[in-house]
Order: sequence, then structure tokens, then C-alpha cells
Amino acid sequence: MLTRLPAILALTLTLFVDALLAADGGTLRFCLRADPKTFDPLLVEDEPSGVIRYLTGGYLIRRNRLTQELEGELATRWQIAEQGRRIDFQLRPNLKFSDGTPFSCDDVAFTIKRMMDPSLHSTVADSFRTVPGQVDVACSGAGSVTIRFPAPVSALADQFDQVAIQSAHSPQKLAAVMGPFLLHEYKPGSYVSLEANPYYWKTDSKGHRMPYLHSIRLDIQQNRDLEVIRFRRGELDLVEHLDGEAYERLAAEMPRAVVDAGPSLDWEIIVFNQVAKAPLPAYKLHWFRSTAFRRAISEAINREDLCRIVFRGHAQPASGPVSASNHFWHNAALKPDPHSPAEALQRLEKDGFHRTGGNLVDREGNRVEFSLITNAGSKTHERMLSLIQQDLAQIGIHVNAVPLDYSSILERFSRSFNYEGALMSITNVDLDPNGQKDVWLSSADVHQWNPNQKSPETEWEARVDKLIVAQTETLDRGKRKVYFDEVQQIVVDQAPMIFLVNPNSLGAFSLNLKNVSPAALRPQLYWNADRLYFSGALVAAAQN
Amino acid sequence: MTKLQKAAAGVFLLLALLSLLGARGDSASAQNREAIAVSPSAKFPLGTDDLGRDRLARLIEGTRVSILLAPAAALLSTLLAAAIGGIAGYRGGRIDRIVVTVADLFLSLPWLLLLLAVRALLPLNTSPMASVLLTFLLLGCLGWANPGRLVRAAARTAANSDYVLHARACGVSGWRLFWRMLVPNLFPILLAQFWIAVPVYVLSEANLGLLGLGVSEPLASLGSLLRELANYDALSQNPVVFAPVAVLVILAGCLHLLVSREKALSC
Repeated sequence: MLTRLPAILALTLTLFVDALLAADGGTLRFCLRADPKTFDPLLVEDEPSGVIRYLTGGYLIRRNRLTQELEGELATRWQIAEQGRRIDFQLRPNLKFSDGTPFSCDDVAFTIKRMMDPSLHSTVADSFRTVPGQVDVACSGAGSVTIRFPAPVSALADQFDQVAIQSAHSPQKLAAVMGPFLLHEYKPGSYVSLEANPYYWKTDSKGHRMPYLHSIRLDIQQNRDLEVIRFRRGELDLVEHLDGEAYERLAAEMPRAVVDAGPSLDWEIIVFNQVAKAPLPAYKLHWFRSTAFRRAISEAINREDLCRIVFRGHAQPASGPVSASNHFWHNAALKPDPHSPAEALQRLEKDGFHRTGGNLVDREGNRVEFSLITNAGSKTHERMLSLIQQDLAQIGIHVNAVPLDYSSILERFSRSFNYEGALMSITNVDLDPNGQKDVWLSSADVHQWNPNQKSPETEWEARVDKLIVAQTETLDRGKRKVYFDEVQQIVVDQAPMIFLVNPNSLGAFSLNLKNVSPAALRPQLYWNADRLYFSGALVAAAQN
Repeated sequence: MTKLQKAAAGVFLLLALLSLLGARGDSASAQNREAIAVSPSAKFPLGTDDLGRDRLARLIEGTRVSILLAPAAALLSTLLAAAIGGIAGYRGGRIDRIVVTVADLFLSLPWLLLLLAVRALLPLNTSPMASVLLTFLLLGCLGWANPGRLVRAAARTAANSDYVLHARACGVSGWRLFWRMLVPNLFPILLAQFWIAVPVYVLSEANLGLLGLGVSEPLASLGSLLRELANYDALSQNPVVFAPVAVLVILAGCLHLLVSREKALSC
């Protein structure tokens, strides 16, 4: 009997700890960069509001950030039909909102209709709205719901990863949620407090109700340096999107706390202004519209140095518009342009440029000099620009680095087009190429280098338009991949955007925080927030 | 002049000479990409920064920019303060009220927005040197209000003093009274305001750099070098980053000692 005692004690303790786990897994603390602009999940446009939506929203389907596959949540299964015009969901039975209101098909219908209401101006609805028309939602008694759109919606199931279901009947209206947490308190400029949803539907393999955490406190903290300092003091439990410098500092001090989850979906790019009506000298516009010129700039930039020096080795040279971390859509045939000033010069000479006294001049004798604007205050961009300045100086090009405030950049991009080139970070949250659709369509207003074209101004843009439309019109994933691979190849060959690097997803989390599974996709560390808990919290609870 | 003051003048001149004669060409902006953030050595006496640039060369270039432009901006704001504040205090009445109101307005308005607007309006291919010249010009033009109020108060007191009354009684009036009686008595205040403004403008330029106005890469200034101090960890790991602070303290200290001398002379 004595020999079995340790095993019995261990089993008892395990059961006891499991019981506690459901009771209080502690309070998770991390930072939002700004106040959330809305708590309405259908109106989310900013990142802080998106964080709240992610943690409080209940979704029919959600993408697993680690496997990158869609998983059923409030729906147990789903099926797409009528060439992407219709989707059928089988709802999970006996679920409740955070206030105890039962979940039903009515809630799905209410959410979809509210979302598609043009007067709401929901940006979430834009992905579903291909043509004007009525969206029909039909319920059947067996917990199934059918949603029919007026035209096929590309990657229809993927779009539901953004649609948090709202209650049609709850007296608490928007405050009733189906996610793991619910809003407890918001002090503008200070913090947002979330607490565990007592009616959260998910249980673990042992039947314990989730989430394990008791609450989440989101401090509103704009200063990244302060955020890192607070993490080191133990005032925060996790930090995401660290830059290489902060990561290295933390790694030196807390090597087990930091995590490099590999290349993110984000890009660092250079884009040249090719807008015909831009207030630029004609000869400069001619440079920027020259594929040879853009390719030469790409070849003259040392991406390896950017990764090594600016990102401290925590970035990968970018090969194209899809990061290698996007397992399915990445075109593995593409390679980053190798650093080759000699080839860049050859390419420029073929295009009529030549060197005179250390300067590059064009066919008409104009010295090649341009400015690159970027957002002021970004150490990363300032350093990147310094390296790019020196790289391009090697082939006789003079670059003026111009840091500007955000509103000025936005005005230049969208209205005055008064800029020559820009160094930009593009945050990409969508795995599916439809998330980038408006970047590539020549008629779109975020077709950055030459937006709002009435008809494509170049042959290759016309081809890209066709391919983008074609990939939206088919449900065959394989065909879509073929189409989008060609898009990737064209934009790398034509270089309307010069893809520089994909920064890695860097973060750090408290060693007491358990079940963290770092992912390259956002959110990187708390994507499985319902499974996180603190080992210390369990010990304290056990002692009490 | 005491020995200390002579030493201060010597150090100031030495710094000025070093900054004017040292680190010419592109030595301050050249990147040594295989020597990123290295410790001090014979080749790089103060080590290199995060882009492999020689810290000593950048310190010399930064001191040159700041030692020339910050005093120039301080001189401009002091002259404006002397003219506006002095006339307001001397003339009194409606002019005085207008000047006080305008000074209050200058002190209360968020000039940062103007500076941002100016940067946004500048041609994008403005050279870093032209940009920094404009920055210090703006600082000089906008910085008159505070010293102007002090000068105005001093001028008001002086205008009602016995010696001015005596001068008036003797038939001295108008500009002669202003230049001969008032300005010499305002001079110590103006000088003190000038020396106080110099380090303030160096630091203002550092703050503006964060917003994209001021000294842009690859040009260095004391202000832009001070931004490295924002890196909390670098302070303990690499004391060399304090070098610009040391130069700024030495400069301000020298200027302070020289001010004391000027004050002593003016009394």
C-alpha cells in the first residue's frame, strides 16, 4: 500500500489542480497600443478594438493560428455550395451568451443582417459584399443555418473568422458575447478589463469549463520601450511584436522568456509613385515607371544587411508578396533579389542611365536623386533608410530620407500624391490572397503605386487584374493557387513594390504562463487565450 | 577673469576648434557594416553605433552642428526678446498690453503643430543641412516670448527708476534714453537668457528629431546623438553613449562660467 501512496497522492493532486484550473488560472496582463475605438465587433477597424473582439467574440468558424486551418467553433461543421454563393452551418447545440441568453440560429441571422446593412458601414461586411443585393439567412429547426449571398464570395468560409456573433434577444445587446471573456471595465486612457465568460461553451478534454484565466487586464500603453521595461519588472505577462533590438535585450536577460516564431506575414517595402497626375518632374516619373529602374533599385539594396543590422537577424529577405510563413499561398519558386550593385548598374545602363563623376545621371543628364518618405519616430525605418542610402550611393544614386508624421503621409498617398518613394511597413493579417486583392487590382484605391486606374495602364497590370478576378471566381483552391502564383511572379518581375524583408514575429511571455503556443500569425501569443493559465495562480489557489 | 573662467573659455574654444576642424567629409556617415556597435578601440576611439558609424566622428560633427546653430538660434530669440520686450516695457500703455497678450499667446499655442506643418510643406528633396537650418531658425523665431516677458518686466522697472527719471528731467528722451539708459541695464538679463537658451535649443532639436523635423540622417547633431539615451539598456551596457551628454554638460558649464563673468563685468 505504501508503495502506491505516491501514485495515489499524485493522482489526487492532479485531480485537485484540474479542479482549481477551472476556478482561477490567474489574471493575464498585457498592453494595447491605444484606446479601442469601438466595442462593436462589426465596426472594428483599429488594432486595439480587434484585440477586444478576438478575446470576447464567439465565431462560427475560427482559424487556428498555429496550424493555419479553419476549425469549427459555434458551428460544428459547414459546407459551401452554389459556387461560393451559399454556406450552410450546423450550429453547436445548447450554447449560451455571457448573460445566459440561449444561442440560436436567430442570433446568426441577426448578426449577418446587421453586418450587411449598408447603413452600418461595417468594414467586416466588405469582404462579403461583391455585388449589391439581398443576403438571405434561413434557419431550420435542427440547428442548421443557410446563408445565401447575391454573388459568389471568394474564400467564403475564411471570411467568417472576422464575424463575432451577436445576440438577437439579449437585454444586454452588444455586451452579451460568446467568446472566452467579456468586458468588465474600461477606463479610457488607462485600461480595459475582461473577465472570464461564465457561460463560455468550450470545455477541455477532462470536461473542465474554460477559459482557465480568471481575467485579462489590458493596459493602454503607447510607448513600446515602457512596455518592455514593465514586462521585465514583471508588471506584464506578455509582449508581442517586439523589434529586434528589444528582443535581443530581453534575450540576454531572460533567454527562456523570448520567442522568435519565424517570419511574420508582414512586409517592409519600397514603393515608387507612378501616378501620372502626381506633382513630380516628368523625368522622375519616367524613372519610377521604368521596370528596369525599379528592378535595379531592388538589386542594389542589400537585404541580408537589413536583416542582420536593423532586425538583428530576426527577419528574412522577402521574395515576394507572400511570406514563407503562409504555408499554402507562398510561391516557393520565388527567391529574393540578390545584392548585386554591378547587375543593377548594368540594368540601368541598358535603360539609358550612366555614371558621371560618381553620380548616376539619366539620358537627359538629370542627376538621379529621390526622396523616400517614412513614418517619423520609427527607429527601424530610420535605420533601414540609412542602409539603403549607403547601398544606393554605391551606384551613384542620392536618396533623401524624409520622416513625416502619419497624417502627412496619408494625405500624400491618398490625395496630393506629392511623394517620390516611400518606405512602408505593411501589416498583413489575412492568409488568403483575397486579403491583398485591393492592393493588386488596378482600379482599387490602395493600389499604392498608381491607384484608381479607370483601365489598367500597363499590360502586366491588366494580366494581374484578370488573375485576381479569376482566383476570386473559383472555389478550387488548387486553381486559385496557380493564379495567385502567377500574380506573385509578375509583381516580383515588375517590382511595383520592392519587397525588402519579412520581419520575424518576436515576443516574450512570463515563464509562469502555461500553454503558450507561439504562432507567426496574429495574435502571436494569446491566440489560444482560453487555454492559458498561470502555474503560480494554481499554487496560490491550492494553498488557499 | 578668474583662472576657472579662463579655463572655461579655453575648453569652449578647444571644443569649437575640434568640432570645426575634425571629422570632415563622410567619416561621420560612413557605415562599417562589419563593425556594428563595437567597443572603443584604436580605430574607433568611442566605438561604433548600431549602423557601424564611428561615434567619435559623429560626436564631432554633431557638436559642430549644435555649437554653430544653437547659439545662432539663441541669439535670434534673444534679439527679438530685447526688441519686443524692451520696447513694450519702455513705452508701456497699449503697446505693452499688446506685447504681453501676444507673448502669452505664443507661450500657450502648441507650436509643435506649426513645426510639423512646416516639415510637411518643405520640398521633399530639401537637404539635411537646409532642414536643420530651418529648424533652428524656427526655434529662434518662436523662442522670444519667455525671455521677452522677463525683459519687458525689467524694462518696466528700469523705466520707472530714479536714474531714468533723472535722465528724463535732464531732457534725455526717446530712442536715446532707450539705448543709453535701458538697454545697458537689460544686458545681463539678455545674456543670461541667451546662454540658457543654447542647451534648451540643443535639446529641442533632439525632440523635434523624433517627429521628423530637425536633423535628418545621415547628418549628426548633439540632439540626434542624445536620442540614443532613450535606449534604457544601452546606458548600462555601453557608457560611451553618454559622450554627447558629457559634451553638452561641458558646453553648458563653460557658457555658464562665461555668463558669470559677463554679469560681473556688467555690474
